[in-house]
Amino acid sequence: MEKPVKKEVETLIFQPSPDQPAPLVSVGVIGWLKENLFSSTTNSLLTIVALLILWESIPPLVSWAIIDATWSFEPNPCSPEVSGACWTFVFVKFRVLMLGLYPEQFLWRPVTAFAILMVVCLVTVLRLFRPRILIGLWFFCPLPIFFLVNGGFTLETVSQNLWGGLMLSTGLAGIGIILSIPLGIVLALGRRSKLPIVKSLCVAIIECIRGVPLITILFMASVMLPIFLPQGVDINNLLRVQIGIVLFSSAYIAEVVRGGLQAVPPGQIEAAQSLGLKRWTVTCFVILPQALRHVIPSLIGRCVALFKDTSLVIIVGLLDFLGMIKASAQDPEWLGYDAEAYVFCALIYWLICFSMSQYGKSIERRNQW
Amino acid sequence: MLFMLRYFFSSRADILKRPVFTFSKDTITTLVLQAFVIGIIFYAAHGLLSNTQANLEARNIASGFGFLSLESGMPISNSLLPYSPADSYGYAFFIGTLNTLYVAFLGIILSTILGIVVGVARVSKNWLIAKLAEIYVEILRNVPLLLTLFFTYTIVLAALPIPRKSLIPFDGIFLNNRGIYFPRPIPESGFLIVCLAVLAGIIVAVMVQRYATRLHQDTGRVIPGFSLGIAAIIALPSLAWFLTGGPISWEHAVLKGFNFKGGLVIRPEFSALMTGLVLYTAAFIGENVRSGIQSVAIGQINSSKALGLPPSLTMRKVVLPQALRVIIPATTNDYTSLVKNSSLAVAIGYPDMVSIGGTIIGQNDQAIEVIALWMAVYMTINLAISVCMNWLNAKVQLIGR
Repeated sequence: MEKPVKKEVETLIFQPSPDQPAPLVSVGVIGWLKENLFSSTTNSLLTIVALLILWESIPPLVSWAIIDATWSFEPNPCSPEVSGACWTFVFVKFRVLMLGLYPEQFLWRPVTAFAILMVVCLVTVLRLFRPRILIGLWFFCPLPIFFLVNGGFTLETVSQNLWGGLMLSTGLAGIGIILSIPLGIVLALGRRSKLPIVKSLCVAIIECIRGVPLITILFMASVMLPIFLPQGVDINNLLRVQIGIVLFSSAYIAEVVRGGLQAVPPGQIEAAQSLGLKRWTVTCFVILPQALRHVIPSLIGRCVALFKDTSLVIIVGLLDFLGMIKASAQDPEWLGYDAEAYVFCALIYWLICFSMSQYGKSIERRNQW
Repeated sequence: MLFMLRYFFSSRADILKRPVFTFSKDTITTLVLQAFVIGIIFYAAHGLLSNTQANLEARNIASGFGFLSLESGMPISNSLLPYSPADSYGYAFFIGTLNTLYVAFLGIILSTILGIVVGVARVSKNWLIAKLAEIYVEILRNVPLLLTLFFTYTIVLAALPIPRKSLIPFDGIFLNNRGIYFPRPIPESGFLIVCLAVLAGIIVAVMVQRYATRLHQDTGRVIPGFSLGIAAIIALPSLAWFLTGGPISWEHAVLKGFNFKGGLVIRPEFSALMTGLVLYTAAFIGENVRSGIQSVAIGQINSSKALGLPPSLTMRKVVLPQALRVIIPATTNDYTSLVKNSSLAVAIGYPDMVSIGGTIIGQNDQAIEVIALWMAVYMTINLAISVCMNWLNAKVQLIGR
């Protein structure tokens, strides 16, 4: 009598039917569209408005920049009937935009310098060496580059009045950042010093520089520096501006480094002191390496900001990249190409700054150095 | 040799260890170092002063602030107060300072509004809107502000017609390459009453708001205090307006010869400067807002939903107060850099403080004084902003127990 009961129990076990496929509107392309673009009435309206704006703005932009544009390399102004951009302008002015009035017969020198810079960048991005060697490389590479561009020893000297274009912008920003990092570290350490006079001096320098715009510092460097120097000592405008940029940048870097110094746990310092290390040894080999490791992404952010800020040197009469763009747009033979000039300028600045900040983000993500 | 040196130093250290000195070794090092620093400062200051004096004498440049009372003789295209070239340098500089303050004030307000829109758009659930906002932020942040200013200035000027062919979007408003012309309101008798009514409206609104808060705290009853306040601010002045019979007349801009006369005018330099500054700063503020909103833990939002709060209340009472703690300190920095960046006006010819100061330096070479004035004004503005924002920050920060 047992058997049939058991059978009945077995037949009563609930057998779920197979899952039905998800409704068509919640998977695939349609599902994505519904969730991300049309999830509510407001969202749908916003999407439609955004699409309308894109529809109105993108096709004319593309046809101006690419389809209707003139891509000829021949150095003649484009015919006025063509409605698109005239990239010939950029091709013709390319050397001036990159190098300023640098003499044509020495073209190989900045090109080699550029190649050196690119190799150093590539080595850094690919991490081919240990960080310590990379840092050494960055601090050392301005020397051969400066020697190549400036001349001296065996090479013929090129007057610094002839430097310009993107080369000048990169140089001002690069030398500025490389010199201002040590100066900024000194200021930051001074700001945390226990000596009241050193501390107040550093605070005063940092806050004074951070409180005023870069333009006034550049004005000061280019107008007031000659007044401060002993009579007979004369330094050229480029060097003056460079000094101003280094001072400006070091105040900001000092604040960045201070953030890093504050992030070092006090236990580290106490441990080092209890091991009997001297004060300077503690600072140089325990605190600073940890502090600087924290702030590398922000330091790269400062590099981006400084590279953008060097465009202000146009106001004290140096022709950097933006200055050359402006001067070329006012060339009487090539009038009316402001839009092309500025778009090209924005593209180059954007490429450089965006790749730098992406590199900074990648370091932040990996959180290692 | 090395041995001798070591011996020398160790013996010195021994001397210092003697109980004759009541200071510890550390204190002495400290004092010596500080004295050394003071010495360097004094030496550098003395050197700078003597160099400066010699240089100023050699170049025949006067010193002191006496030049501020001299007649400037420079025209200023945009001034908020009446100004003529016969006025003094000091007044011209003051006009420039006012312009800087004006640009900074308007810029901070407009870029905050746009920045909030951009930041909220970046965390929007709408993929297209979030992407557009991200593209905007990445473009504006990675291009120098000066380039943005040149771009807006050139585009604004190139896109606008000459005065004779002005665009007229509304009656009485003219758009051309000399500026945007509005009718100028001229107050008549009775206008004071309307102003007083506005003031009274604001006071009533504040009182209603306070009453509503107290009522809510005491009894739990909710009355729409905010809407009532807004209604009071609108209703009282409108009532006064109609009772006094509209005490404002309008002075319209009129085309005379090649240019417009009369009316209120916004110059293209100003519009370009504002557009560039606001677009640039809004990208940074947008990033602050985004990171602030994203810093609020998702559990907070989920639990407020679980408590049944509607989305608007979740935003106002849960997300925003916590996000503000992250947003305000970062935004303080952006406000001060907006003020500093407004000095780029000099590049497109808007007469702000730096531009006018630069002209003064060009005319009488008194660079030191003008640069000192610049620094003083910028530091004061930035200090004021920091004080205000720190006060605001202290109000939103979590009070620890």
